[in-house]
Amino acid sequence: MPLYPDIKKGRGLTAIDAVTSILVLLLVIQMWLLTATLDAFLAGHVETATPAAIVSGILFVACFLMYRFVTHVDHQARTGR
Amino acid sequence: MRDQLEKEPLWRDEFSISKGDERYVGRRQLAKFLTLGSLGMFAGNVWILVKSWLRRPATYTPATVARAGEIPVGGVKLFQYPAPGNQCIMVRTAEDSYVAYSQKCTHLSCAVYYSPAQDRLECPCHQGYFSIRDGSVLQGPPTRPLPRVLLDRRGDDLVAIRMEPEL
Repeated sequence: MPLYPDIKKGRGLTAIDAVTSILVLLLVIQMWLLTATLDAFLAGHVETATPAAIVSGILFVACFLMYRFVTHVDHQARTGR
Repeated sequence: MRDQLEKEPLWRDEFSISKGDERYVGRRQLAKFLTLGSLGMFAGNVWILVKSWLRRPATYTPATVARAGEIPVGGVKLFQYPAPGNQCIMVRTAEDSYVAYSQKCTHLSCAVYYSPAQDRLECPCHQGYFSIRDGSVLQGPPTRPLPRVLLDRRGDDLVAIRMEPEL
């Protein structure tokens, strides 16, 4: 068995680890955004709700794309393609 | 059938992952979990947005809450405004000065009380302190000021006219 698939798997794991770290970071930002928006909403400042929802949506799309990347790398590493 | 069971143990059907791929499955599931968490946060923000769209401007009915001179300087009167169940606290801070706030702490809704010695409103649950002048947070876990009841003096009556910010 050549060494090549193992190297590829190792690289795949490194890439997945990096993406997972970014996912955690984005999720923490989203948590902060939600609590700050809720706090502002309860204080009567409704003007923050729209930009916060847009930014949260963008972050979710980024997370989803990264998840797709993870499944893609996973698939590549498994099939060796 | 028996031969087949001996060849292929049942657990292999349940855990059909080879040892070398285990690390991948764990990471993939974690990424999935984080993405679902992200979706949850987004849903929360959308929920707040929808709530802010559906929010109608509050209407307040003026209500007489006390008579001028009814309480001494440094004294307190509790009343309910704008609806029964919305407990508020009024403090006479000087001879001709009255302030009123919602009595619910903005942290976890404990009832605040007036401390004449410190001249501030205090929440006994988590030591949250509010300024008697404007209801702003002086210390403690609350992040928002106390909602203020705007008072209007009409003759000898002290009339609550609205809340700020609107509830």
